[in-house]
Amino acid sequence: MTTAPHPPDPEPAVEPTVEPAVEPEAHDDGPPPAGPLANLGAGLVTLALGVGGVVVSLALGVGTPAQPGSGMWPLVVSVGLVVLSLAQLVVGRAGGDGERFTRHSWMPLVGLATLLGLVALLPVIGFEIPSLLLSLVWMRFLGGESWRTSVVCSLGAVVALYLVFVAALGTNVPHLF
Amino acid sequence: MDNLQNVMAGFEVVLEPTNLLYCLVGVLIGMLIGVLPGLGPAATIAILLPLTYGIEPVTAIIMLAGIFYGAQYGGTITSVLLRLPGEASSVVTVLDGHALARQGKAGTALGIAAIGSFVGGTVAIVGLTFLAPVVASFALDFGPPEYAALALLGILLVSTIASGARVKALVAAALGLLLATVGRDAFTGTERFTFGSLDLADGIDFVPVAMGLFGLGEILYNLEERHRAVHAPGKVTNVWPSRSDLRESSGAVTRGSVLGFFLGILPGGGATIASMAAYAAEKKRAKDPSRFGKGAIEGVAGPETANNAAATSSFIPLLTLGIPANATMALMFGALLIQGITPGPQLVDQHPELFWGVVNSMYVGNILLLIMSIPLVGVFVRILRVRAAILAPITALITMIGAYTINNSVFDVLLVVVFGAVGYLMKKFGFEPGPLVLAFVLGSLLEESVRRSLLLFGGDPTGFVTRPISAVLLALFVVVAVWPLVQSARRRRPAQAPTPDREEASV
Repeated sequence: MTTAPHPPDPEPAVEPTVEPAVEPEAHDDGPPPAGPLANLGAGLVTLALGVGGVVVSLALGVGTPAQPGSGMWPLVVSVGLVVLSLAQLVVGRAGGDGERFTRHSWMPLVGLATLLGLVALLPVIGFEIPSLLLSLVWMRFLGGESWRTSVVCSLGAVVALYLVFVAALGTNVPHLF
Repeated sequence: MDNLQNVMAGFEVVLEPTNLLYCLVGVLIGMLIGVLPGLGPAATIAILLPLTYGIEPVTAIIMLAGIFYGAQYGGTITSVLLRLPGEASSVVTVLDGHALARQGKAGTALGIAAIGSFVGGTVAIVGLTFLAPVVASFALDFGPPEYAALALLGILLVSTIASGARVKALVAAALGLLLATVGRDAFTGTERFTFGSLDLADGIDFVPVAMGLFGLGEILYNLEERHRAVHAPGKVTNVWPSRSDLRESSGAVTRGSVLGFFLGILPGGGATIASMAAYAAEKKRAKDPSRFGKGAIEGVAGPETANNAAATSSFIPLLTLGIPANATMALMFGALLIQGITPGPQLVDQHPELFWGVVNSMYVGNILLLIMSIPLVGVFVRILRVRAAILAPITALITMIGAYTINNSVFDVLLVVVFGAVGYLMKKFGFEPGPLVLAFVLGSLLEESVRRSLLLFGGDPTGFVTRPISAVLLALFVVVAVWPLVQSARRRRPAQAPTPDREEASV
């Protein structure tokens, strides 16, 4: 979907700085690519994960090549992650991949919050009411549907889910009714 | 002719009415979810994985094959009608497919795509039937060092050919490997990275990771993206291609089948490269190349045939070596593991009924796809008319409840949400989820192979390069890893000169 139609490049652009005009032009209405700051942030996050991995692996015990400890393999992978993250910090310092956050970026955040709410409520009161609420929020507030459409469609969706997962498939998903 | 008997026996199993029914349901649901804008085959398969739980293995595999083909075709429908390719391999279909749709010939494009997919898929399955046992018998001598080298090479290739930034893809792969180490260490029993959590002690399940990264991540991303204009599709009439359409595209279908089959065997973006190569080939062969991009039927037939042929032949490395060649295959790998089937060279030998069951279910899935897709196009167009705002929460809820049903565990659902958030962020920051999932799937195999090899070599890592096959694989690994560095170093020098030496392929 965001992949712009481009030729099967045998060597993907290692330095996005060379032709910055290619991506946005090929895709007419996408948000602009993320900038240097995004690259720095993402690189630092993966770097931190790598460093964390190194620390934990060392604590697990590395052992010797003949008798590898349980920390050896994670250590190798974490060191690789650190090196690659450092490389990414340098290679991607001009930014250019991914997408900038837009004024609509609050929507996935709200979506995420409702999903977490569903996870919290699921074992307590079953799936029906949380699903109905989630669906209402997504349709009415994130989707801009009318109240009528939202209520009707949400009720329909929950009834359908109940029929499929509880009545037909007989799964153990917690349900109220 | 042992194999022939096994092939026939496999067909008997597949053609049982129950199995056919499950395959039919798989194709139908695969298309239904695959047609939702923004959900490509990987996302579709991830979301539908829980469906195959609790069914007996052979039936489950047959259903998976149905889902696989249905999901592939679902992506084609959205490319043609909405200009939204479900995955990279149908990107070029958009060019002529959508042009045809604008001329009111969407039906023709979809019909030709279905027929081409069927032919390409079938050719590839026939090729697989003969080639897979050969590859498998060759790989039977593979020991841990060979597997370690092969898994490493596979991960590197998938990260390198990924469409995004290369280093970021490798970072994602490293993260996948690290995630795979979470849980109890199989050798020493030590708990790693569990931070005292009981839920993490058995490791992170593959399915919630895939469902989160591919499924929920896409859904969250689409919440933000759908404000961009997506036009409701117009009417689709005349799904049956005319005789002249068929004549015009028959050459493209033939070439696409062969091209797709061979490119699909290669690890990495097999199907993507195949579809692009097929498009370029058709354009080059055409008497009037300027028709391309304005609704040339060969521009749909070639790539759609090639990507289906490639998607099918990428089962060869999966079934014979146990190495998935791309993200979708990683999902199939995980799905087969869940059914208790470990893809690998011993599969043909030790479980021929399962191996041929998988292969033959692909024949049937492909035929059912052809039968279902053409008459049902109208139904799918109607689904596409339903606004994304209404479809999104329903898809999300199916994913969440589906995730719960796998192990009846709320923790799994939480994992899906967490990885959904990770998937969304990865997309925003330009990291491909494919390499992460692939590395995650291969992670435990890789670690086990490396550690077994080290034990085998008595702790001497040079053992890897003294065995011929692992040495060749590792040499390839080094070439693939170093080559782009050499290239960019070479490019940097003439880059100061005004003439860019980058070769633009004609797509």
